[in-house]
Order: sequence, then C-alpha cells, then structure tokens
Amino acid sequence: MISPADLVQIPLDDWVNSFVRDFLVPNFRPFFRAMQTPVTAVLGWLDAFFHWLPMLVFTAGLTLIAWRTAGRGVAIFTLVALVFIDMIGLWSETMTTLSMIITSVLFCAIIGIPLGIWSARSDRVLFVVRPILDIMQTIPSFVYLVPIVMLFGVGMVPGIIATIIFALPPIIRLTNLGIRNVRADLIEAAEAFGSTRWQMLWEVQFPLALRTIMAGLNQTLMLALSMVVIAALIGAGGLGLTVYTGLGRLNVGAATAGGIGIVLLAIILDRITQSLGEKNAVRSPSLWQTLRSMMALGKSGDEEKAGKAA
Amino acid sequence: MKPKLRVENVYKIFGDHPEQALEGLKQDKSKIEIFEETGQTVGVQDVSFDVREGEIFVVMGLSGSGKSTLVRTLNGLIPPTYGKILLDEDDVASCSAERLRKVRREKITMVFQHFALFPHKTVADNAAYGLKIKGEGAASRRKKALAALEQVGLAAYADSYPGELSGGMQQRVGLARGLATDPQVLLMDEPFGALDPLIRREMQEELLHLQKKLKKTIIFITHDLNEALLLGDKIAIMKDGRFVQVGTAQEIVDNPADDYVAAFVGDIDRGRVFDAAHVAERPITVELGEKGAAEKALELMEEHNRNALYVVDRDRIAGLVTYQELAVAAREEGRTDLSEVLVTDVPTVARETPLNELYGAASAGYPIAVADKRGRLSGVIETEAVFSQLSGEDNDAATAATNDAELSAKEGERQ
Repeated sequence: MISPADLVQIPLDDWVNSFVRDFLVPNFRPFFRAMQTPVTAVLGWLDAFFHWLPMLVFTAGLTLIAWRTAGRGVAIFTLVALVFIDMIGLWSETMTTLSMIITSVLFCAIIGIPLGIWSARSDRVLFVVRPILDIMQTIPSFVYLVPIVMLFGVGMVPGIIATIIFALPPIIRLTNLGIRNVRADLIEAAEAFGSTRWQMLWEVQFPLALRTIMAGLNQTLMLALSMVVIAALIGAGGLGLTVYTGLGRLNVGAATAGGIGIVLLAIILDRITQSLGEKNAVRSPSLWQTLRSMMALGKSGDEEKAGKAA
Repeated sequence: MKPKLRVENVYKIFGDHPEQALEGLKQDKSKIEIFEETGQTVGVQDVSFDVREGEIFVVMGLSGSGKSTLVRTLNGLIPPTYGKILLDEDDVASCSAERLRKVRREKITMVFQHFALFPHKTVADNAAYGLKIKGEGAASRRKKALAALEQVGLAAYADSYPGELSGGMQQRVGLARGLATDPQVLLMDEPFGALDPLIRREMQEELLHLQKKLKKTIIFITHDLNEALLLGDKIAIMKDGRFVQVGTAQEIVDNPADDYVAAFVGDIDRGRVFDAAHVAERPITVELGEKGAAEKALELMEEHNRNALYVVDRDRIAGLVTYQELAVAAREEGRTDLSEVLVTDVPTVARETPLNELYGAASAGYPIAVADKRGRLSGVIETEAVFSQLSGEDNDAATAATNDAELSAKEGERQ
C-alpha cells in the first residue's frame, strides 16, 4: 500500500527538538529563570510558615475557618481529617503540598482573573485566548513536563509552574463568563450615571461576577490538587512525592496513605472555597456591613438614639 | 426662553450603511421596505423637539416605535447616527467621551423600566451610586442619598437590599438614585411600566407631587396614553421612529393629527384630560350694587338665553340669581333688590379642576362658577358644556351641522 509517508516525511520531533534546545533554552533560559523568582519567594515563605506553625494551632485555625464559612459539619470533618493525617505521619508532607497548592492557586488568580476580565471586555482578546485555553485543557500534562524541565530545571518551583499551566483555564473561563453574564441593564445603568470603565468594573461587574469567579477558583484549586502527583515526577515534594515513591517501590501502603492525605486535603479545601463562593453572592456585603457597623458601633447607637428622640 | 434640551433632526439607524437607509427615507419608503432592501434598521427618524426647563415631556408610543432608542440617544447610551442633541451648550451627540461622562454625572440621569438596581448594594448605596461615581466623600454621599430616599418615602429602608423590596419600592429607589445627584434633566424610560396598575397610579401622583417641588426637566417614556396625558406638559406620539404629533394633552385629544392618534385617543378618559377652564365661557355678570341691576340681569338672561346669572360684588362672587325667581320678585312683587333672591351657596371650582370632578358641582343644577386663584370669577360652565366635551362630539356635531348646511345650500343651488 502507498501511504503519504512514502512521499513526504515530516520530522516534527526534530523541529521541536531544535526549536527548544537550540533556540528557546539558550536564549530564554535566564528569562524563564527570572520568571520563577516570585514563585520561589512566595513558596519559600508559605512553606516556612506552615512548617513553623504548630500542628495544633493550624488545625484549630483551619477548623475555625471551616466552621465560620461552611458550617459545623465541615468543621468537624476538618478537625478529624487533620488529626488523622497527623496520626498517619504525613503532617510535614501535607504542609508542603498545601503551600504548593496555595502558591499555584495564588498565581493562577493573579494571572487568570485579569486575563478573564480582559477577555470579557474585548471579543478580540477572547478570540485569541479561547483556543489557547482549549489547548491547555486538552494537552496531556506529561507533554509539557519535558520543556518545563529543560527551561526551569527540576524541583518544587517547576512543579508549581506545571501546576499553574494545568490549573489556569477554569479561572480565566469563569471570570470571563461571570463578567459577561452581568445583566445588561445594570451595565447600562452604571454607564448612564457616568461610570468610567474602571468604576464599572469595580462597582458593578466584579462584585456581581464574584460568585462565578469563586466557582472558577474552586475548580482551579481542585485541578491544582490533582496535579500534585504529576508534579512530583519533576521533583516537587509533599504528598505527591509520597505517592510517587510508593509507586516506584511498589509500597502500596505508602502510596495509599499519600493518596488519602491528598483526598482529605482536597475535600477540606473544596468545601471551604465552595461555601465562600455561595455566601459571597448574598452575604458578602452584609459581612462587610457587619464589620463596618462593628467599627462604628458607638456612633450608630448614638444615631439610633437621636432618631428615637426625634 | 431658551429650551433646556433641544433635539434637532435626530436619526438612529442600526447597521453598517446608514446612508442607504437615509436615501430610502428620503424616497418615503417604510421601515420594512428599507430593511428588506438594505438590511438597515431605522430606529429613530428625523425627530426634533424642544423641552423647556421644568417641563415634563412625554414620548408615547407602542413597543417598537423607537421611543426607548430615542431616550437613550439623549444621554448618549445610544449615539445617534445623525442630528444634534443640545443640552445647554453641550451637544451630547458629538462631544467627547470625557465630556459625555461629565454631562451624565452632573446634568442628566436616568430611571429604568426594570429598575436596574444593583443587587449587591444596599438601598442607600444604590441611591448614592451617582455620587460615588462623581467622587463624593462617604459622609456627604450618605447624607444626600438619605435625603433623596426621604423624598420618595424610603429612608427607613436605607440599609435593606433591593431584593427585599417590592417592585414599587424598588422603582422609588431607582427614582431616588436618579435624583440624588440633583441633575437638571431626568430621563424616565417607562419607569412605571413594570408595576401593577394601583401602584402605577400611586407612583404617577407621587411623581407629579415631587415635580411641583423639584421642577426638573423630565423626559418620560410610556406606552400608556392615559399616563402620558396625566403627566405630560407636552406629549409626543411616536410611531415607526417618527413623531406623529406633538402637543399638550388637550390639543392631542381635541385634534388628533391622524387616524393613528385618533384610534388611541378614542377610548381615553376625557374627564381627566380637560379641565374646567377648557369648557368655561366668559362670564356674563351684573354688579350687586349696580342701579337697575335686576332689570339688567333679566335683560341679559333673555338676550343670552340663560336661566341663571352670576352676580359679582367688585372682585368677589356674590352669588347667582335665577331667571324664574328674579322675574317673580321683580314683576309680581315689584322688588328690584338682587340681594333678596340671591343664591349665595353657589358651586365654585378652580380653573384646573378636571372635568371628572365637576359632577358634584353640576348636580346643584346651576351653572358652575370658575374662580381663579384670588377667588375672582373667571368663567362660568354650563352643565351641557361638560357633557358635550366628555362625549367628544361637540366638534363632530358642529361639523355635521355645517355639512348639512352646505348640503342644503348645494341642493338650493341645483334647484
């Protein structure tokens, strides 16, 4: 049989090799190295902080947060889960993973929210951004591990960068969606009162899109968690590494323990961020109001009295 | 007096080739023909009007007549394709974005059909939105917002959220938001259209009440002719993007420009449109203290074919005398003093009383006195005049009569 390959063969792999090895790496390596500086700084700080924080203080703190945002059930679950993780001897790994996750999500938000807003406000930007997001979401993460290693080396930070690439799309997409879905008549009203684009964004679009944006953040967080094992392949530590070494040594016990740790962490973070998103739509202003009224407690009391007197 | 807002030959054509549509309009083609031929949609065509300061200008039209598009051109939410919109010295249609923002912040605000309140802000913060955008400090913002809410009777709800209020209350907040920046011009795009009839009525009256104090220049959009007639100092009837007729409520009801307007006017409540002054006649009176007043009164009544006559005492309305009583008193008993037969309990109404409030006064059976602000007699209403105005047939009857006369004249010629 004749096939097109008999006529022309395309050496795509060679092209990519020479592009990355001979062009990208020698010319841009310092640039990529510089790019990881902020990631390194944030990660270092967070990692140090979480490892410094005593286990009991952290557990108490996170339980309290869970209780305030997601209710008693989630708080009890958080408490039990964290105690369990400590008991199976994975506390330090969990803290490493948590600092990695928080770093990745932080950078995803820093990159993703502005990009989402930008693509919501300009169809042209969306036209460019959307196919890139499609590619990011469909391409298997193993494929970009190689160039990441070549450009950034191995270790925690390259692992985080791979995680950022993997987890970035939902926050961009949902920020874009949230802003675009703000009711047109509200935009018109804001415009009719002479809002600038920034005022419109800040006063109307962003607050009304916040719920959707929080859903995007939640998705990003979940994707970041699902990357921890893959990131361990290129030298990131934490629970992912426990699973990875367990896999390498056929140590099913260690792998299971690491896996359970990841799942428990995922459930805690998911519940807390989800309830943040849900409450934001209805409660965030009143929460702010509560804070404000707490600040001005004496004053408002006086006003009430004055009102009654009048 | 210079108008506050002057709109000159405004066109809004949606599409990429407005000049093609304009060409079509010059050839007197309809909106539909133009759309079929060129793909351009004509929103507003050749609309011009002036609105004086403190006036309520109502644009009335059915859906698709272009009224919402028109009102949005006035504050530049939809830039007009051609034409000028002069608000004082600014041309809203052509000024820079910067300038337009300034105009919107300081001079012209808008109230929307579906309220368009910000659900994440409290009622007070909604009312203060325009002030915040202008960059006012939090304290003065709050103060002004509360004052605006006070005007619409919602100060107590300042810290609620719009979602917690009923439709009528929400629109009050919308109105307060529009008033808080103290604009000169208020655009109202079917503000009461989404409210149920009772609340709508209440809001209309409240708007009129507020307007007495505030004296804003208001452009009011509605699809309800009764609303237009009630609120409008001047009313424009809009159809297919064009003004069919512009005039006061009475002008439009009395002389509809074409069948389209006439069809609308047909079933409105004329008693609410026309006021006492409209049907009043110039009073024929006698002075109370005058010499031979009784004889003069009798003569006047005979001459004008009246049953009763008003008697004035210098400026004041003294009362009325009826022909019957006066005749009896004068001829049979030989008394000529008017005061003895004077009916002092006379029905008196103000000039601006609508006709549908005259029924009580008319039931006394006497002509109704129309008094001006100082209590002087400015006119007299014969009860028949009320009914013929209400029936709307006085003009028709008159025309019918002339037609008959013409007809018989022609017949006479033939013979």
